[in-house]
Amino acid sequence: MYKLLLCVRYLRTKYIALACIISVMLGVATMIVVNSVMAGFTTEMRDRLHNFLSDIVIESRSTSGVEDANRQMATVTEVAGQYIQAMTPTIEIPGMITFTDPYSGESYTSLVQIQGIDPAGKSKVGPLHDYLDSYNPIVEDGVVQREALRSHDEPISWELTEQAREHRELVKQREALFLRDLTTDIQSVTPEAKSAAPEFDAEHPEASTPATDEQPKTPSPGIIEDDFMTDPQVAANAPEVRTGPLSARIFLGEGIVSFQAQNPATGKLQKIMMVEPGDDVILSTVTAGRPPESVRISATVVDSFRSGMNEYDTSIVLMNINELQKSRGMQIDNSITSIHIKLKHYDDAPKAIAALQRAFPPGQVTIRTWEEKQSLLLSAVEVETAILNVLLFLIITVAGFGILAIFYMIVVEKTRDIGILKSLGASSNGVMSIFLSYGLGLGIVGSTAGVVIGLLFVRYINPIEDMLSWITGRKVFDEKIYYFFEIPTSVSPFMVAAVAFGAISIAVLASILPARRAARLHPVRALRFE
Amino acid sequence: MAETLKMTTPLISAEAITKSYFKGEHKIPVLQGAGLKAHRGEFISVIGQSGSGKSTLLHVMGLLDSPDVGEVLLDGNRIDNLNQKARDQLRNHVFGFIFQFYHLLPELSLLENVMTPLMIRHSILGYWKHRKEIRDSAMQIIQQVGLEHRIKHRPSELSGGEMQRGAIARALVGRPEILLADEPTGNLDASTGSGIMDLLKSLNENQQLTIVMVTHDESIAAQAHRTVRLAHGRIQTVAREDAA
Repeated sequence: MYKLLLCVRYLRTKYIALACIISVMLGVATMIVVNSVMAGFTTEMRDRLHNFLSDIVIESRSTSGVEDANRQMATVTEVAGQYIQAMTPTIEIPGMITFTDPYSGESYTSLVQIQGIDPAGKSKVGPLHDYLDSYNPIVEDGVVQREALRSHDEPISWELTEQAREHRELVKQREALFLRDLTTDIQSVTPEAKSAAPEFDAEHPEASTPATDEQPKTPSPGIIEDDFMTDPQVAANAPEVRTGPLSARIFLGEGIVSFQAQNPATGKLQKIMMVEPGDDVILSTVTAGRPPESVRISATVVDSFRSGMNEYDTSIVLMNINELQKSRGMQIDNSITSIHIKLKHYDDAPKAIAALQRAFPPGQVTIRTWEEKQSLLLSAVEVETAILNVLLFLIITVAGFGILAIFYMIVVEKTRDIGILKSLGASSNGVMSIFLSYGLGLGIVGSTAGVVIGLLFVRYINPIEDMLSWITGRKVFDEKIYYFFEIPTSVSPFMVAAVAFGAISIAVLASILPARRAARLHPVRALRFE
Repeated sequence: MAETLKMTTPLISAEAITKSYFKGEHKIPVLQGAGLKAHRGEFISVIGQSGSGKSTLLHVMGLLDSPDVGEVLLDGNRIDNLNQKARDQLRNHVFGFIFQFYHLLPELSLLENVMTPLMIRHSILGYWKHRKEIRDSAMQIIQQVGLEHRIKHRPSELSGGEMQRGAIARALVGRPEILLADEPTGNLDASTGSGIMDLLKSLNENQQLTIVMVTHDESIAAQAHRTVRLAHGRIQTVAREDAA
């Protein structure tokens, strides 16, 4: 009993012990905050990776793909149908995109991954709705800048929105006008054509000054399909401009065609889109034949998407699958390169994969879960978290050495009291347990305080971030970099318990040495100690 | 032979105790065959100069230290070679110590200090079961030494005489058979010291408490039944008092 009493008294009267408590507390709080934020980031990142990839991906090893999508999907249903909720055929092929910046008139080309999809099927294996621009409002600093253009109930299709149609019409008319002006300057033009010009301008006054405020789009080869432009005479003479979208349509990863620029008026960084829905771009890729030949596809941009994974947003172009099949010569045998599968329960993935691997010849396709497909990235994050934890645990170990030193001091200070206790009949173990339970007490108090502070910090991490940004005058956490509007956190009770337990163990371990010293003190020498 | 048979077994006896300390490489002999017997109810004083080994003799008798040579007997049974646990228990049950510098625990109140030996005796559970009795017996002893108005005070808030009374109460709360006092008045002025001596004498008379007291003060030593003089680690003379 005296042990408990003395231990509590020492905790209450030795203020030097407060230093130990604070160091344990800070260590525990830091570990909880860092782990929660890391777990939040990881969870969020995994969600995004997962959502875009679906659960299981069957990929053909050749870029020509495998024939007969329906038969392949029937095979999948036959062997693993009980696990599968939905699947969609896909063509994945590397390619290039070329587009023209309307502001500078420059053409840009970048490498992309072209994915031929069926939007209805794709939205069943992953939340495509959540990524497409037209389905989501634009919110900036908590203010809605633009309402969603389509309701979430509307199925995803390759149709242009009203706004995109208007934009396209405007652009096409400008192009037509520009072409006609070009031809009137160069060639001798019939009087009818000259007299047609003012009429045209009167009908479309907003398009009357094409060259001054905005560079007109250079005619892209895709428009060649719309044969009205092949003959400038026809274009000039025709009052009706054909503005319908091309048959190849795409959803663009917004990172491909956007850049960040500072708005001179507000000083804020703004995202500038160089291509808008309704514009046309050129995709280049290869055909499925042997040998593959290069092919150019002109396509109309229907929408842009933003999955939050930079890797996807800067490289993926989603295209209508039948047009991609047509362009690549795959439509005759209905070839595809991959099937994306969503399972009813993701836990069944190993069973489903095993079943699929029996059904498909191993040389022809690879069957992987999304995790295996992204294993490099995921394991990198895991290693990062592990290293961070080791480093942070060292902080608590440092706190442990603080406890060791301070306890040694307290034991020296209490030498005479230890002698007294022994003269009163206290055993060595009893004296030792005073200091061990003192360490335990410090650990418990420090850990509890650390857990409370850590959890509060995690709970209010975003206001704290705002405050820090305000104090330092610069953004601590830039949502534009991380694609998060606020810092994601995820508190795992197991992690909190493990951190607290680890800290308490270290406090007890650190007190063993001083406690043993106290226990071994000779009572007479302890009593004579000055 | 006939005389030895008549004698009762002493309650505590230290026989032919030799004890040396090492200071670096030098062996310093402190006790060289000193012995001391105390019968039940005796009040013995041990007198000697500083460094004569009187405190060491007391520590050896009270099992705080073990002799190099010699034996300590309690009721005729050897106790100095017992294991650590048994020695701890004897210190708690049989011996009560008081010291020149009182040695109260500074973090605890007077009452808690007095209760400490009983807390050491009981486990947490046992203490919880008997907490009322423990408190009562501590209170009773405190009343006996006249400090009932000071129970909440810390040692630092007490005077020297009060601290020594508190220390005596702590030594007696476990109902020991032998009180070992190491210069109990050494740090007190004459009148306070005589108050402490009166208390010890009354405890000896009223409760038949066996007391072995170490002092260097002749007048204090003279108040005991018997005085043993210690010099150079050996017993020099045994002065008997034939009073009462």
